[in-house]
Amino acid sequence: MSVTFHIPTALRAFTDGKREVTAEGSTVGEALSNFAASYPDIRPHLYEDGGELRSFINVFLGDTNVKNLDGLSTPLRGGEVITLVPAIAGGAS
Amino acid sequence: MMTKTPIRMIDLIGNTPLIDLARISAEVPGVRLAAKGEFFNPSGSVKDRAARAMILGGIESGELSKGTTIIDATSGSTGISYAMIGAALAFPVKLYLPANASAGRKEIIKNYGAEIVETSPLEGSDGAYTAAREEARAHPELYFYPDQYNNPANPKAHYDTTGVEIWDQSGGMVTHFITGMGTSGTLMGVSKRLKHFNPEIRIKAVQPNSPFHGIEGTKHMDSTIKPGIYDESAADGVITVTTEAAYEMTRRLAREEGIFAGVSSGANVAAALSYAKTLPEGALVVTILCDQGTRYLSEHFWESAK
Repeated sequence: MSVTFHIPTALRAFTDGKREVTAEGSTVGEALSNFAASYPDIRPHLYEDGGELRSFINVFLGDTNVKNLDGLSTPLRGGEVITLVPAIAGGAS
Repeated sequence: MMTKTPIRMIDLIGNTPLIDLARISAEVPGVRLAAKGEFFNPSGSVKDRAARAMILGGIESGELSKGTTIIDATSGSTGISYAMIGAALAFPVKLYLPANASAGRKEIIKNYGAEIVETSPLEGSDGAYTAAREEARAHPELYFYPDQYNNPANPKAHYDTTGVEIWDQSGGMVTHFITGMGTSGTLMGVSKRLKHFNPEIRIKAVQPNSPFHGIEGTKHMDSTIKPGIYDESAADGVITVTTEAAYEMTRRLAREEGIFAGVSSGANVAAALSYAKTLPEGALVVTILCDQGTRYLSEHFWESAK
């Protein structure tokens, strides 16, 4: 199943400036892992040393936070859009 | 009982206490950590200082007058300050925030009666900044645009107040000052003032270790639009901190010091503690507790009881 990741500005330095990247996976977690494998420099920004997704990162499948679905085990049908957003915004004040 | 002359809300800004972080300092024998309790400001954050200076500056210059709306970009705390001062002085306020700014902050702003325009969470603070600037430029007749990233009144507020308070409250004993940067106003103003009092005082900037982070209100300078007021040479170096370390120290501040502060305060104290471990006995490291923790109650990191 192929899905599209929308890349936040803060991470585009690690995706050759791309705003969108596609990855394969049957679950959200698998697609995320494959996405990170395609751009190895991004991995430490997304995962803890132990391999867990960093706690402040929210993963949205379409408009829904996967925490309200089955988390990283949420199955994919293909064609969905996945967005990574920090839990709270950095920067402006 | 009323005092002879009742005080205005905006006159309560500043003169916050310098708080001894006794239990956390105990990890570094011989070195003391202290922090400005900026959550004692009337809207609950350090941003009241710069917001007041910029708004009063606008009134003085004539750019802000009756019927003009205050407009700016913020991830929240400056917005809360604008909203509070705007309400007190009867100016409408319109704020551009990334949609992922914390829900608590947005609620506070709305309850002060200010208007919020949400910008893309993918673009972070730069998206809010660009949108606010475009709107202000498109309708200059409607708005007073303080532009906190580029307004010299922002660092000057800290040069005039925060820096002087730190010097006085430490009895001139401060040896090191360290804080994070959003607009960089606090670091620029305090650094300049403390170096004026004693050029030997060392200054460190705190930065998230990654451009992708969850330390609200803090900017990763190398990957974002640099504020016009920012001068890299004002600091003697940078200490980086992870979001996880900031969260952990935010919880420690509550549980070990009785200080219920926000995430950027946790980042500052975590960085101050790691810096303190490299310093000789007798050092007094001062940092900033930027805002209250109550505006982050909706955030899940409080649930992690390590």
